[in-house]
Amino acid sequence: MTVLIERARNALGPELAGPLAAFVAVMVVFGFAAPNFFSRATFGSVAFQLPELGLLTLAMLLPILTGGLNLAITFTANMAGLTLAWVLQSQGGVDAGFGAFVLGSVLAIAVGALSGLIMGLVIAYTKAHPILVSLSMMIFLRGLGEFLTRGGDVSGIPGFLAAIGYGSIFGIPVPLLIFIACVLIWHVLLTRMKLGFNTYMIGSNIEATRYSGINTRKVQVLVYTLSGAMCAVAGIIMLARFNSVRVGHGESYLLITVLACFLGGVNPFGGFGRVIPVFVALVVLQLLSSGLNLMGANQHLATAVWGILMITVMILRWLAGRLKFLNTNKG
Amino acid sequence: MADQALDGAAPRPLLSLRNVNMTFGGVKALKNVSFEVLPGEVHCLAGENGSGKSTLIKVITGVYKPEAGAVIDYDGQSYSQMSPVTAQAGGIQVIWQDLALFPEMTVAENIAFQTVIGRWPRLVDYAEMRRIATNALQRLGVTLDVDLALHHFPIAQRQIVAIARALVGEAKLVFMDEPTASLTQSETDYLLDIVRNLSASGVAVVFVSHRLAEVLEISSRVTVLRDGALVGVYPTKGLTQSRITELMTGKTFDYSVLHRDLSTSPVMLKVKGLSRPGEFEDVSLTVRRGETLGITGLLGAGRTELALTLFGMRKPKSGSVVLDGKPVRFGSNRDAIAAGVAYLSEDRLSLGLIQPQAIADNMVIASLDKILSGGFISSDRKRSLVNRWIRDLGVRIGKQDDAVSTLSGGNQQRVAIAKWLATDPKLLILDAPTVGVDVGARAGIFDIISKLADSGLAIILISDEVPEVYFNADRVLHMAQGRIVGEYVPGATTLQAIEEAVYA
Repeated sequence: MTVLIERARNALGPELAGPLAAFVAVMVVFGFAAPNFFSRATFGSVAFQLPELGLLTLAMLLPILTGGLNLAITFTANMAGLTLAWVLQSQGGVDAGFGAFVLGSVLAIAVGALSGLIMGLVIAYTKAHPILVSLSMMIFLRGLGEFLTRGGDVSGIPGFLAAIGYGSIFGIPVPLLIFIACVLIWHVLLTRMKLGFNTYMIGSNIEATRYSGINTRKVQVLVYTLSGAMCAVAGIIMLARFNSVRVGHGESYLLITVLACFLGGVNPFGGFGRVIPVFVALVVLQLLSSGLNLMGANQHLATAVWGILMITVMILRWLAGRLKFLNTNKG
Repeated sequence: MADQALDGAAPRPLLSLRNVNMTFGGVKALKNVSFEVLPGEVHCLAGENGSGKSTLIKVITGVYKPEAGAVIDYDGQSYSQMSPVTAQAGGIQVIWQDLALFPEMTVAENIAFQTVIGRWPRLVDYAEMRRIATNALQRLGVTLDVDLALHHFPIAQRQIVAIARALVGEAKLVFMDEPTASLTQSETDYLLDIVRNLSASGVAVVFVSHRLAEVLEISSRVTVLRDGALVGVYPTKGLTQSRITELMTGKTFDYSVLHRDLSTSPVMLKVKGLSRPGEFEDVSLTVRRGETLGITGLLGAGRTELALTLFGMRKPKSGSVVLDGKPVRFGSNRDAIAAGVAYLSEDRLSLGLIQPQAIADNMVIASLDKILSGGFISSDRKRSLVNRWIRDLGVRIGKQDDAVSTLSGGNQQRVAIAKWLATDPKLLILDAPTVGVDVGARAGIFDIISKLADSGLAIILISDEVPEVYFNADRVLHMAQGRIVGEYVPGATTLQAIEEAVYA
């Protein structure tokens, strides 16, 4: 038995223990409390709500691993969504073809990546703090977006976009498929690629990494560029779901993405954290809010419960750390 | 003092411990240790890391409770255990290596805050603080501007502030834990003078240091611990560095100079007139394949700056570098690594290794391209590369995925050397490779260096400890104020002659 646990721990990594425990706890509690919890409806709502927050969390994850932060994620997503919407509008609006969608998506991702690229360059070369740099970018993008849209919605989107936002392939919602694909890309990037390896090293000690012959500036620039590109994917999904874009859409997700990373065992100071535990943490958060919804609780209450969950997790981690300390009392 | 201790009329000891035992989680940290300090004596506590020195100090200061049966006689009183309060009230003070000072506060505040804070009417009396601080510094024969924030002062003077703070607490017995670890030679001399003043004023000082030259210079007696047990107490008169090393490690070391004939070996590195104004000027040197070139000199002589320039992390203003027959000009250390230059940093904790990350990751970080397979990191290749270096360099680890910080200094240094050997270097620059490495483990590091040279690697060995380069390098360069001021061949010149030139 202990061998099995040890083996599972090695395969999954210690970070997964917390999120998995939370997952089991949520399933058990709602399984008893809400009789219709184990239904298609619950999982349908989770499956459709998960991707937006999830993609933005992936965008937040990489900078956090380097010891930074990207506060511009939601507005980068909005700018990318606007880019796609404008391309579609210019190509006939509701009657725009699929080609226009592809072109618009490529441009949207380019816009997202550009926002990340600029932040990455400033952070890498001026060594300014990522919080300040991304905060500036966030304010710039919000102002620019509101100026260009005059604070209103941009709509007039061809119908096939709804198929992306609400459609399913083999019973699995399309946004969820896109999100899972992105999770896998991030997982491979972080576990199997040089960039991922260097991301962790930079997060622990950027100077020692530079002394080891790693181009730390390049790594930082790439990390923020990829983060921006991932925001753009989130922006495209949001456009497909809401059928319109408005600057400020999804703004409340910003801090939730940071907390989802920490719930998934990511070290707030960088250097440690894995994609899969973060994914499980996101599922837990979404199940929690869907479960409370089913029980007829207010949506705002669900947010409050998220906060309590996070605090509980912090306390449990501290307790687990103390237990470990007592076990390995060394001289 | 030593003479007094040997004759019959020995003074009553200030502190005397017997039968001290301590166990942590099944490991005996102290085995039946006894320890004695005379009033006003400078006593050295010597031992490798993990020999029980810190544990012993913590028993004396009341941080740890020894097992039953221990007897602690201090200043005429007998205790079975100390408490921090009794230790402090009895005038026992410890100056830890990290000093525990407040860099943003003034000298006066740092020295006097303990005595001034908490007294009625709970208002801070700055004039009183200044007076207390000035008095304490005067006792040490030092004048400092007590109104200046501490971070303006170099480490040596912060050290003095920490000592002055101990004096304010009416110290009778001061423990100093590796006080000279981060000091230059002249700063060390200054500190040793202070310790002598302290001793002359009747305060006993217990000096913990692994710099044996200082131990011999300052103390009257040496207590040696090994693996938690007392090896013995020795009068300093008659002891030598190598004798203390033998007592500390229980091993005997072979001290002999290298005799390698390298006259036919091709030149690997040729540096001519290399300059970076303000750091080093007009440096010329050659290193042959299979040769170890020692560079010594005081801190601030420009050794590290020269090394970083050869490693491509700084650009020279003038001069030329020829590596393996090809002139090179590096834009960054990535170019240098690609050309076959490796640099082991003097600062292993913050620049040499990424302490929180895995041993395996630290070993492969500089040679990631070698473990790629189709653009992806191959965990099989990574594991076999790491296993090979662990075996070849005799690194003792638990698991490959453990953090580097869990290893001892000697094993960490082996990981750092492995990291650079994995890049297949032609020239390996080792900057102070034994800093923070136990005396016993140093021999292992030098063994590795010697084998690497024999395999044809060109090595530059930088150290501020002259004996290290003397016994481990084929030639020794002496750097001072950014210039090479002397070149010696160990054996042809005596160690004493080089030491006199360097420390003069």
